[in-house]
Amino acid sequence: MSSEIPPSIKSRPVYGTLSPVEANAHLIIADDAGGSVILELAKQVPDGFWDKAEIHYTNTNPGGEQDHTEALEALGCPRLFIAPTIHSALPRLRRSLERSKMGTQLYLTGSEQLLSLAMKTGMEAGLDYAGMQTQHRGSLARRMQCVHCKGFTEDVTTNPANCSHCELLLLVRDHYSRRFAAFQGVNINAEDPTDIPEKVEEFL
Amino acid sequence: MSTASKIEFRDETFRDDFTFKNSPETVLRAPFPFDNDEYMYAVNMELHKDGKKGTAFEQPIDVDEHYLSEMHDRALVLDEDPLRCQSLPHMTLAGWDTLELLMVSKAEGYPDLFSLSRDGDNWHWINRPMNIDQKFVFGDETTLPYGPLEYITRQAQGDFCVLDERDGNLWMDAGMVTTQADWSLDFDIGMNFFEWHAPVPLAHEKGIFKRALKYLLAIQQSNPARRLNWTMTVNPRLDTSPEHYHQWGPENTHITPENVADKLFLRIELQSFWRLPRSNGMLFPIRCYMLSMRDLTTVPKWAKRFHRVLNTLPPEIGSYKGLDNFRQIAIDYLANYDDGKDTSPGPFPD
Amino acid sequence: MSVNPMLDVIVTDVVEVNSLIKRFHFKLPDGSPLPAFSGGAHVVIEMQDGEQIRRTPYSLMSSPLDTSDYQISIRRDDEGRGGSLYMHREVSKGMKMRLSPPTNLFALDNRSGKQLMIAGGIGITPFLAQTAQMIARGGAFELHYGVRSRELGSYIDELGARIGHRLHCYIGDEGQKIDFDGLLSSQPAGTHVYVCGPEPMINHVLERAKANGWPDSHVHYEHFAKAPAGQPFTFELKASGKTIEVGENQSMLEAMEAAGIDAPYLCRGGACGHCESDVIEVDGEVQHEDHWLDDDEKASGKKIMPCVSRFCGKRLVIDR
Repeated sequence: MSSEIPPSIKSRPVYGTLSPVEANAHLIIADDAGGSVILELAKQVPDGFWDKAEIHYTNTNPGGEQDHTEALEALGCPRLFIAPTIHSALPRLRRSLERSKMGTQLYLTGSEQLLSLAMKTGMEAGLDYAGMQTQHRGSLARRMQCVHCKGFTEDVTTNPANCSHCELLLLVRDHYSRRFAAFQGVNINAEDPTDIPEKVEEFL
Repeated sequence: MSTASKIEFRDETFRDDFTFKNSPETVLRAPFPFDNDEYMYAVNMELHKDGKKGTAFEQPIDVDEHYLSEMHDRALVLDEDPLRCQSLPHMTLAGWDTLELLMVSKAEGYPDLFSLSRDGDNWHWINRPMNIDQKFVFGDETTLPYGPLEYITRQAQGDFCVLDERDGNLWMDAGMVTTQADWSLDFDIGMNFFEWHAPVPLAHEKGIFKRALKYLLAIQQSNPARRLNWTMTVNPRLDTSPEHYHQWGPENTHITPENVADKLFLRIELQSFWRLPRSNGMLFPIRCYMLSMRDLTTVPKWAKRFHRVLNTLPPEIGSYKGLDNFRQIAIDYLANYDDGKDTSPGPFPD
Repeated sequence: MSVNPMLDVIVTDVVEVNSLIKRFHFKLPDGSPLPAFSGGAHVVIEMQDGEQIRRTPYSLMSSPLDTSDYQISIRRDDEGRGGSLYMHREVSKGMKMRLSPPTNLFALDNRSGKQLMIAGGIGITPFLAQTAQMIARGGAFELHYGVRSRELGSYIDELGARIGHRLHCYIGDEGQKIDFDGLLSSQPAGTHVYVCGPEPMINHVLERAKANGWPDSHVHYEHFAKAPAGQPFTFELKASGKTIEVGENQSMLEAMEAAGIDAPYLCRGGACGHCESDVIEVDGEVQHEDHWLDDDEKASGKKIMPCVSRFCGKRLVIDR
């Protein structure tokens, strides 16, 4: 079951549904609940699909409800990499992408931050994002760039939210940069700094 | 076609004490953006050629009395925040295209101020107002003090967005942006046409950006187009960037009926669209002209028209343009100059 | 409308490259440099062929780094609509002609990935300009050039001298063929592929690229499409109120131009979208020959590309 992301402005990424395509190789990147999407995909793939596949799976809560490691291992994929956090998975992903050939289909699935950072890593390897398949499942917590101090704040679940660098209270906009893999944060109470709006849990 | 410029450059500020003022001639030549008494988004593009004498359209790259002060303000902005000028690695050739376009245009339009002589790739550029005398090799970055885009745009009024054309879209992959109305180059660099316009309300549903993109992609060399955009600014501040919003944002609440005439400005953006030949990219200069409410009242037609435009502006557009804090105060002030009679068609003064 | 003022030029040389191909050189009358351009650009040549004005696009093969002249190469097509025949038979040194300024609908992706170029026959021409620019600028690329025979392999020697090991030639009558699947399955991530040549070859490359998992945005092609001939027909223009007769070997666009209508165009080959027109009224069948409209748009009958498409039926009114 995928989460419903309300329609928004044109820079806010829109995610789809994964489906297997004809390609020379398949590179699958996921975290936590995204593991269950991979298992759903597995029901539709043609014979020989997994022989040409590589999975990078971030498992942030081993033993928890969204730990799909065992089922993923059972797929019989020649290369399955498990990482404890998204950031620890990225260097290995970057290396895989550098070594990959054109004709490798990318499948990205999981939390918003996983999708953001995996897509950014793919783009940095020279791949256009339009060719990457995406499916969201799990957390909607965001990465945010503070437009004032340029610092990035991760795991943002409230709106507004404080910048973890300069502490300004920021409106978390839907305006999104793929280059930064982050949403834009703009000072929300510039006109009256004594007005402190309540933080509402919005990106769960 | 050139003019003997005889421009008297002002020495003024766009921050702190805000000594900026328009001379009467500069007010009259401003590119007033309203053709009639009501405003709505449109793909209001037209060719940018054979400009009308005595207006900001006369030269395709316009130079006016604010030139030196604007370049000084730009240098200050860049000292504080170098991220205002960026060029993704593949955009250097487009930067050279931009340098050529601006140098050639300025030298042709204002020969008493600028000269360009070229011997193959050995170029010699003279900018008299800024006391610059530069010999360099076209295409060789090591022969200039900055990359080509930064070099020439430190000598040209207005912001400059440099676009790469790929995949049927335009991508903002380089720019010099120090006089913008509230958007961040650092954040938007790398976005395509629809993505960087994402925050604009209403226009997407009407298909305005799809049509605009198609028109822009058809623009070829030597056939630039233009359109006008507008917003309002408190104080003649050029650097109304989101980066500094927490500094200038509070000024939005400082407009009163007593100070509105000299403290509130109509901020006009003359956007032009040029094809760049060697890179196949595009250049979008965004040139900013500011008129105080008092400046507007010196042209009766403009005071009336702007009064009516503000009165009928849809609320979403007013909010998006940041006008909520002072819109009514401006309306009330301009109402004194509106006799209710018809205004003549077209934007030019009577 | 050509959107741009035409350039008045002089033909400064006509060179017979081989039995099928001639190269034409153009300069400005005062010898000043022609406009700068990017590799892959084409110019539209205006030919006064008796009563008829022809406008045909040709890729610039000359180096963008030297615009003292423009050079194009044209393969004579004895079965064609007459543009290449006119150029081969009627154009000589010293003649005055008119060209549109360069337009590029086949540009390289400027980012740092590898460029894989595939040329068939006369399709080599845009790559001549692009490789000159790439050698000067740096960047990884390979050019795979298939020709029917060595005699028809124009510019092989010149290219070899310029790009060395990056050139791979395949001479058809010596049994050499491009291994498309081999090429398309062995490129590093970030490569873009560019193909120019006969339509069947382009279609084959597009199909193999897709089968090998290439995303569309990494695959670029330029096809010198010709407006197909067909039964003569008539159509009406709503905006100008005129009725236009289209001959067998004439496109709707050419017929409009002959009637003095300044209609927009860029590629004249059904690929770029700029001549797209609205259909106001139709009683009959629009014959879509373009690569621009999607299937839904073609089925809806509400749009037409006058540079290549035709009509058969009682009435067609378009919004021009």
